Amino acid sequence: MVNLSSNIIERETVVVKFVGDSGDGMQLTGTLFSDTAALAGLDLATFPDYPAEIRAPHNTVAGVSGFQVHVGAKKIETTGDLCDVLVAMNPASLKANLKWAKPGATIIVDMDAFEEVAVKKAGYAVNPLDNDSLANFNLVKAPITTLTRASLKHMELDTKTVDKSKNMFALGIMYHLFSWSFNWTYDFLNKKFKNKPKIIEANKIVLEAGYSFADTVEALGSVYQVSKASIEPGRYRNITGNIATAWGFLAAAERSGRPLFLGSYPITPATEILIELAKHKSLGAKVFQAEDEIAGICSAIGASYTGSLALTTTSGPGLSLKSEAIGLAIMTELPLVIVNVQRGGPSTGLPTKSEQSDLYQALFGRNGECPAIVIAASTSANCFYYAYMASKISMEHMTPVILLTDGYLGNGSQLFRIPKVADLPEIHPPIAEANDPDYKPYKRDPQTLARKWAIPGTEGLRHRIGGLEKEDIYGNVSSDPHNHQKMVDLRAAKVQRVADYIPEQEVIGEAEGDLLVVSWGGTLGAVQEAVELVHNEGKKVGHAHFNYIMPLPRNTAEVFKKFKKILVCELNSGQFVNYLKMTQYGHDYRQYNKVQGLPFTVNELTVAIKKELEEK
Amino acid sequence: MMNKQPNLTIERSTVELTKEDFVSDQMVKWCPGCGAHAILSSVANVYPKLGYRKENIMMVSGIGCSSRFPYYVNTYGIHGIHGRAAAISSGVKIANPHLSVWMATGDGDSMAIGGNHFIHIIRRNIDINILLFNNQIYGLTKGQYSPTTPMGSVTKTSPQGTIEHPFNPGELVLGAQGTFFARVVDTNPRLMTEVMFEAAKHDGTSVIEVLQNCVIFADKTHDSITNKEVRDDRQIVLRNGFPMVFGKNKDKGIRLNGTRLEVVTLGENGITEDDLLVHDVYQQDPGVHLMLAKMAYPHFPVALGVIRSANYPTYDDLIEEQIDYAKKNSKIKTVEDLLNSGDTWEIK
Repeated sequence: MVNLSSNIIERETVVVKFVGDSGDGMQLTGTLFSDTAALAGLDLATFPDYPAEIRAPHNTVAGVSGFQVHVGAKKIETTGDLCDVLVAMNPASLKANLKWAKPGATIIVDMDAFEEVAVKKAGYAVNPLDNDSLANFNLVKAPITTLTRASLKHMELDTKTVDKSKNMFALGIMYHLFSWSFNWTYDFLNKKFKNKPKIIEANKIVLEAGYSFADTVEALGSVYQVSKASIEPGRYRNITGNIATAWGFLAAAERSGRPLFLGSYPITPATEILIELAKHKSLGAKVFQAEDEIAGICSAIGASYTGSLALTTTSGPGLSLKSEAIGLAIMTELPLVIVNVQRGGPSTGLPTKSEQSDLYQALFGRNGECPAIVIAASTSANCFYYAYMASKISMEHMTPVILLTDGYLGNGSQLFRIPKVADLPEIHPPIAEANDPDYKPYKRDPQTLARKWAIPGTEGLRHRIGGLEKEDIYGNVSSDPHNHQKMVDLRAAKVQRVADYIPEQEVIGEAEGDLLVVSWGGTLGAVQEAVELVHNEGKKVGHAHFNYIMPLPRNTAEVFKKFKKILVCELNSGQFVNYLKMTQYGHDYRQYNKVQGLPFTVNELTVAIKKELEEK
Repeated sequence: MMNKQPNLTIERSTVELTKEDFVSDQMVKWCPGCGAHAILSSVANVYPKLGYRKENIMMVSGIGCSSRFPYYVNTYGIHGIHGRAAAISSGVKIANPHLSVWMATGDGDSMAIGGNHFIHIIRRNIDINILLFNNQIYGLTKGQYSPTTPMGSVTKTSPQGTIEHPFNPGELVLGAQGTFFARVVDTNPRLMTEVMFEAAKHDGTSVIEVLQNCVIFADKTHDSITNKEVRDDRQIVLRNGFPMVFGKNKDKGIRLNGTRLEVVTLGENGITEDDLLVHDVYQQDPGVHLMLAKMAYPHFPVALGVIRSANYPTYDDLIEEQIDYAKKNSKIKTVEDLLNSGDTWEIK
């Protein structure tokens, strides 16, 4: 679309945040905006921010729902610290989000929503549009409700239906701001309201009305131009971390020839993985919505014994409930992937917020000497790859893997370069052959120490396993003291040997120097950007981001010893740094932590890194 | 009644199997005189006669004396964790419907810590055969009361007698919409064997409650109904299609009086066999089955044999049907199809 506005600002990246009442359709608006950005050739990352309640009281701060989108001409690794444009549909959403707007940001409000009652309900003493409290911003007061109603007057729809399309007006303003086409949104509306032509028409009219409003009144003052990102050629789609996780498992099932079984119980923010896998029965996925978290994992253990790629998905409190059963899977040496989409804890905590505070639980949260492999995904898109690798490692090494993602990765979305399934690494589970005369339940592969997977129905391999300590090789129940020591050592060694099968730890920036910034899991984007900024200023700083936590990559000690100080940044009180202190001693560890249910901002990390460089 | 798809049947053995085919090399470590020995012996009689390949039988258990069972039978097996046998079995059967899955559990394992899984496997009607060893006591932890211990019983954790109302497992099974419930005593191996066959034949969750004696911690707990002197008057073995007659002299019966069951004596007040209830195990309405399952000494004889065997679709059949339907009708046949489905675009 040609934009005639006089003032065009060229930008490398822009952060937009849509906020409104829970029922205002902000999630949909944000999704349509980001899909259009992707089709315009921009890279992007998104993050939905919504309350735990489905419909919190109308017009209150508690009921604010938001959707942040970071688009750009360069590789986008985070959803952005602060926004350049804030679209606020009511006073409460403005109140709750003004702190996330950059100084000078464009703030577009529905001025009609700022009537006295709503202003008071939001906690404002006076209407913020009437005083100079927003003087430092480019405030655009748009009569969104009035104009939406006016534009649909001729259609004779009820007020509720009319007001539901207000979000399209806001979207129209945004399309003007970016000079983007309506085509994608039209396609979406045509599909979504296939049998409701009147609704399609109404939404289109309001979308165009919003665009025209912005165009005619030139209210925005200027428009953005973001050029196309230079993105690796290939076929792309937009994907959330939870969908990517589900698809990674489906790919691993297909590539290994093992049928997929998921036993799971709904829990925020992990439920989407269960929902997604339930859709794919055509790929043979068996999805069992269990009566509780324990039944979820126990059914998966049963399925694993019968030869399935067995999965269970949960979030923090659910992982607590599964602890005993994880021990059973470790004792019986069965493959099993446990996904923990981390949220704020402890207890019920902050269900819709993100945190990295379940690392201790993943590493140590079981009775007995009970080592589990722990892997962490670091972007919404690479949840696909790490779900795939978790499955591969679990099956090839015959032991459970805990895959940590978080609410931020799981709900956030990113561009995803669609891989060819044939290009993914091969998976070779150690399946025992029928009538193998050498088969013994706990006889191990000399390299991996994995036992064989003897699948019920196979001739000549009948055997029993269970949670009581096993006799080495034969697998009979044994309480012999020396055998117990040996089995404890073997289970630990088996997990440690996985280090020989995972990539070495990479370092970005300086490979040696004053400061190594260490991070893990979902904080990759922010930490990487912060280190880059400081490195570009000529500082001797490197960045090591860990995806493989237990075991650590085999060159970890080599990497660490080349730096004077190691700054570990994580969204907890220091769980990874303490784990590193236990396993990689002799280094000067520092830590930067935040436990607010929020992701890191690039800005706070940059300050922390610089401070560490200045200090002795 | 649902017709089984051929791909869901359990493969049959091409050779005749014997008891020896299922003998495990492990020493049986139950106390001498424990009722569990009789259950093991019945299972060893039943397995070879089911006609299934021996590799297609799978045994799952939880924790407790009963749950050592899988070690004592040479099949595929999992000895699980406390209370979770039903959940593990569910995963086994759903993942591989070609297995004949048997579960050994006790009154602590299934009525207390595993109560939730127990009612839900029944509600889903997953095709598993559950052997519920009910000795009304915690044996392996040495004598604490269980959810089936009669009220007032003195045990290690109830020195003044229990103050809890016990579960009647049959009531729980039927309340959870159970499709098969049978009750036997450990002193009647012939009936136990017979009932196990019926359970194996039934499509859906079959629960066999075995009134089992614990010689150490609850000896003679079922004595009031199993004692040779009195058992004929205090037990009634129900048989499908037959009137409900019992008693040493076969002179007592059960009839429906209004909405309630009552014990009557044949020949008294002109009562004949025609007045008695005729047992119908296949009746879909569980009303009479529930009343039969609740019958208790001293007002009634305890009902033994198959009390209910009603036909309902099983979870494991339905999930296979959904998968078949999806495979036939979905455009997504491979993960490659899935990855490229919906909105995608090429960047050059």
